Parts: sequence; structure tokens; C-alpha cells
Amino acid sequence: MNALSQTTTSGTKAVKAAVLLIFALLLFAPFLFQDVRALEVAARVCVFIVLVASYDLLIGYTGIVSFAHTMFFGFGAYGAAISLKQMGPGWDAVVVGALAGMGVSLIVAVAIGLLSLRVKAIFFAMITLATASVALVLASQLSDFTGGEDGITYRAPALFKTATKLMLDENGKVLRVFGVKINGKLAAYYFVFFSCLALFVVMLRMVGSPLGTVLKAIRENEARAEAIGYRVVSYRTFVFCIAALVASLAGTIYAIWLKYTGPDTALSFAIMIDILLMVVIGGMGTMWGAVIGATMLVLSQYYLRDLMGAAAKATVDIPILPHVLDPDRWLFWLGIIFILLVYFFPKGIAGTVMAKGAPR
Amino acid sequence: MQQINDFAGRLGGVYLLPVVVAALAFVMIGAPSSWVTLTVAGLAMGMMIFLMASGLSLVFGLMDVLNFGHSAFVSFGAFIAASVLAWLSGWLEADAVSLNIAALFLAFGAAILFGLVAGWFFETVIVKPVYKDHLRQILITMGALIVAEQMILAIWGGTPVSVPRPEFLEGSLLIGDITIEIYRIFAFLLGLGVYAALYLTLNRTRIGLLIRAGVENREMVEALGFRVDRLFVAVFMLGSALAALGGAMWAGYETLITPALGAEMMIVVFIVVIIGGLGSIQGTLLGAIMVGLMANYIGYLAPKLALASNMILMVAILLWRPNGLKPAAK
Repeated sequence: MNALSQTTTSGTKAVKAAVLLIFALLLFAPFLFQDVRALEVAARVCVFIVLVASYDLLIGYTGIVSFAHTMFFGFGAYGAAISLKQMGPGWDAVVVGALAGMGVSLIVAVAIGLLSLRVKAIFFAMITLATASVALVLASQLSDFTGGEDGITYRAPALFKTATKLMLDENGKVLRVFGVKINGKLAAYYFVFFSCLALFVVMLRMVGSPLGTVLKAIRENEARAEAIGYRVVSYRTFVFCIAALVASLAGTIYAIWLKYTGPDTALSFAIMIDILLMVVIGGMGTMWGAVIGATMLVLSQYYLRDLMGAAAKATVDIPILPHVLDPDRWLFWLGIIFILLVYFFPKGIAGTVMAKGAPR
Repeated sequence: MQQINDFAGRLGGVYLLPVVVAALAFVMIGAPSSWVTLTVAGLAMGMMIFLMASGLSLVFGLMDVLNFGHSAFVSFGAFIAASVLAWLSGWLEADAVSLNIAALFLAFGAAILFGLVAGWFFETVIVKPVYKDHLRQILITMGALIVAEQMILAIWGGTPVSVPRPEFLEGSLLIGDITIEIYRIFAFLLGLGVYAALYLTLNRTRIGLLIRAGVENREMVEALGFRVDRLFVAVFMLGSALAALGGAMWAGYETLITPALGAEMMIVVFIVVIIGGLGSIQGTLLGAIMVGLMANYIGYLAPKLALASNMILMVAILLWRPNGLKPAAK
């Protein structure tokens, strides 16, 4: 495992350069890509980087496979959504919602952790899958509270409204910088960007700390870590809780950005599959992999499907090809790519690239 | 307390659990006729779930491989049976019972055949390269599940498919004021038959002996010169075929199936396998019957709770026995 060694390889430099590029693009996204959809994509990338990185804490650093990560994401999102709906748009509602989401996440994570982290990884995966499905069913059934299948629409705090003018020019109109209106939408994007950045930096610091080293030790050899004197179950439960809290916060951030929360955006199993794909494609156990994987997958979700649709239209006359290229078949191809990646590049993009130039 | 435990142990230990639950439900429901209907429904549902879950449990017990893509066999079985039944709808509507039965068996046969072939393919292509690596096993079988679900969507489309039932399984029996759907009796009997066959194979034949020995200590059996890997392929194929058969039965039971069927059943199957204890047929049967009974009783007594009933059952049983009710001796 290269992640354990301290040497910097040329591959590591390449990965870090790529991450830096993504960071710069996201930082200046509103100025670089001036259409609504691109900003939507950029915000989604930010949130998913945090979500995937927190999942990487589990699967990559500690070797826990959980299928309940979207559930925690959903707790955060629904917490913010319900409180913003009930209390009206305001910062107090955001704080209450975020705290409520984190509280529920923490309780559920502790319960699951203590109940089932003692047993085999496979058992844990099954239990989290069952829990997550129950949460999904509950969200769609308790419609008085969660809005059911339709979800909840609400208003974000006044600062983030598109109509809010943050800076005025001499005519009393919204100031434009490089053609971009300095309005609430921009404030909302930078709120998403900087809170995600803060969460990511916290996680980065965590895996670099002694705690991160213990987690890796548990992943590599559980019995040995236990023998050295680390309480494996406590560490596992702890990291499971941390990941749950971060996911919950990411959910809150995304809920504030979207101004809508429903099963499809916050709780569905499709998101879990997305996270899984992102972490595997990017590279498990690297943190940088989360950035690369989330960026690539979100971009392809938004743009590759359009491309596939166009290709399918262009090849209408050829017998099978249009069916193969149908945008609806997108997940099919992703699944196949996923299987091939797990076989041939289990370290993902970041892991494989970082191993380049490493002393053998 | 000790005496009570001993007494319960002599009577059948954890196998008494469904009886206790049924007795409790009898008191709480109050009306004997609806109790009988619910119990039969629960047993039938349990048997169908048992068919789906047994393969998963056996495969895990023998080779320490957990197939997250198992539910793909269930949904493929359901859809293939539905297609065959729709294709043979002339036979189904015919007055002759023999034609009805022939159509039904052709449909089930097609599902089983698919399960065998797909199981072999799955084992050799998908699972074999990742033996003994749980993390990658979970990821790869999950990927396979995604691909399989997309294939079902591509072939049968996203709209619900209706499943015709043979004439002679339609309608219900009336005994006094008790009504029992015939299909449920059929499902229960078929499940019981499969369980008996599995039980006899595992406990009375040479192959069964080898499988049980393999579950207990694989290296030892290999050291004695038996090809456990070949045995495993066979068990995997059998498990997949059973899952496909279970799916086919379920399709006839529900009469309207959607591509989401596999994902729904996967959760139930996992809960059953966890409750029962991984690796044992008896435990799986016990878990399946418990889930079937609880789902029906709670659905009647407290419909609001029905959604979470499986989860509550699982948590309660795990708190009591962390390894499930009847785990394989290991």
C-alpha cells in the first residue's frame, strides 16, 4: 500500500495536481461557466466530494462496507428541509435542522455500530442495507412529516435568494463582476463550496492524524491491531459515527442549495450506488480519489448521457447500436465498467496513478 | 429459569418460536377464522421466501461467499416464468387440468433452467476471481446486480407485467367460515417439498455429507482428496435455481410484477438469512417462516407498523442471539 509510505512519487504529484485543478475550477465555477446548469453541476460536485470522502473513511480507511450512507445524508437533508418548512426560512431553522439531522444520525450510527460492528464485514453490510431500506420506506410513508414521494419544497434563508442583491453598482442595479451578477445565487454557491471545503479539510486532517493510522492498521490486520491494544470495536464505531455526521452535514448543505428534498435527491438507493461507484472509480483509501471520482461521475451523469442520447439519434439507421447507446442504458454500462474496475484496478484511478513511479 | 430453558430445549428450542408467535397472535387477533387465514398466508409467504433465501445461505456457509446479486436470480425467475405463462396462455385457459399443470411446470422449468445456467455463469465469471476477499466480493456482486437489473429493464421494460395463473390454482377453499387461497396451499406444499428434498440430500446422501463437511472444515475435506470447488459450483447453481423458482412462485402469488421486485425481495432475503443464521437450511426456514408470519400478523393487527416489522424482528433477534437463531456449526 503506497498510502502508508511517506515518499512522494511522480504519480502522487499528478494526482495532487489534478485535485488542485478541480479545486480551482470549483472555486471559480460561477465565473468560468456562466449557465444555470453548470452551477448546479458544480454544487453537486462539491457536496458529493464530501459525501464520497466521508464514505472513503469507512470503506477505504477502515474497511467497513456500509450501505446506509445515503440514509445519513438523507437525515441531514430532511432535518434541514422539515425545519425550514416548519419554521420558515431563517438561519435558526438551518441550525436546528442541521443539529436535528446530526443528532438522529449519531443515535442511529451508534446503535448500528454497537449492535453489529462486532460481527463480520459481510453481516454489517447486510444490516446497513436493511436499515437503509427501512428508512427509505418510512420517508415515503410518513407523508405528513416528510412529504412522501413528492418530497418537500421550501425557501432557503433570504441571503441565498436569487433576487437578493449583495452589491449594487452606481445605478442601483446588481453589480456585475466579469458579467456575473453578485446576487444570492452566488452567495449560496460559495456557502456550499466553503462549507464542503471545510468538511473536506477536517477529514483530510483526520486521516493524517494518529487516528487515521490506527484505522489503517485495523483495515490491514484487525487481530494485530487488537493485540497491540487498540479497541477495534470502539474505533470502528467512532469512525462510523464521524462518517455519519459528515454525511448528515453534507445532506443539510445540499438541501439548502436545492431548496427541495425528496426521496430521489436525498435517500434513494441510486445515490448509494453513485457513492459506491465514485469511491471505487476514484480510488479507495486515498481521499484524493474521492475528489476525482465524484467529479468524473457527476460530470458524466450530466453530460455523458446527453452525448449518448445524441449518439443514439445519430445511429438510428444501424440495427443494434441505438439500443446500446440509449441514455437509459447508461447505468448498465456503468455497472460493467464498475465490475471491470474492481477486477483490474481495485485501487481506482487515484490509487493506480499514485503507484506509478513508486519504488518497488 | 434453568428448568424452563431445559424444558423449552427438549420441546424444540428455537423451533418453537413460530408456534409461540402464532399462539400469541391467536390470542391477540381473537377471531379464529381470520387467524387461520393469516397463518396460512404467513406460512405460504415464508415458504416462498425460504426458496429464495436457502441458496444464499448455503453458498455462504460452504464457501464464505456472500452474493449480493442473489436477488437478480429471483427477479429473472419471476419475469421468465411470467413470459412463459403469458406465451402459453392458451394452455392455461384450457379446461383440462393436465394442460394447466404442463404450462405451470414449463414456466417453473424455464425459471429453474435459467437459474442453473446463470448460476454457473455467475460463479465462474463473477465470483470465482474474488474468493476470500469480502470487500471486493460485495462490490463486484453489487455491480453484477446493477447490470442484471438494467438488463431486466431493457428486456421487459419498466411497466408492471401481469402474470396469468393457471385455472386450477385460482379461487379459494371454504372450510366453515375460513377462506384459504388455493395458490397459498400450493406454495406452502411446494416449499415444504423443496425443504424436505434439501434436508434429505444434505443429511442422507454422500454429496450432502461432503457439503456439510465442507461447511464445517473446507481444508480438511480438500486434504482428503475431494474437489470442494466443483461441489461449490454445483451448490451455487442449485441455490440460483432455487432463487429463480422462488421468484417464479412469487410472480404467481403477486400476479403483477415490476422490475423493483428483486430489490424488495433482496432486503427480505437478507433479513431472513441474518435472523436464521448464515449457512444453515433449518435456520433459513425458521427465519423465513418467522418473517412470513410476522408480516401477516402485524399487517392485520397494526398496519402502520407493518413496514418496520421485519426490521424490529431482526433487531430483537440479533440482540438475543447475535449470530442468528440457528447458525451453521462453525
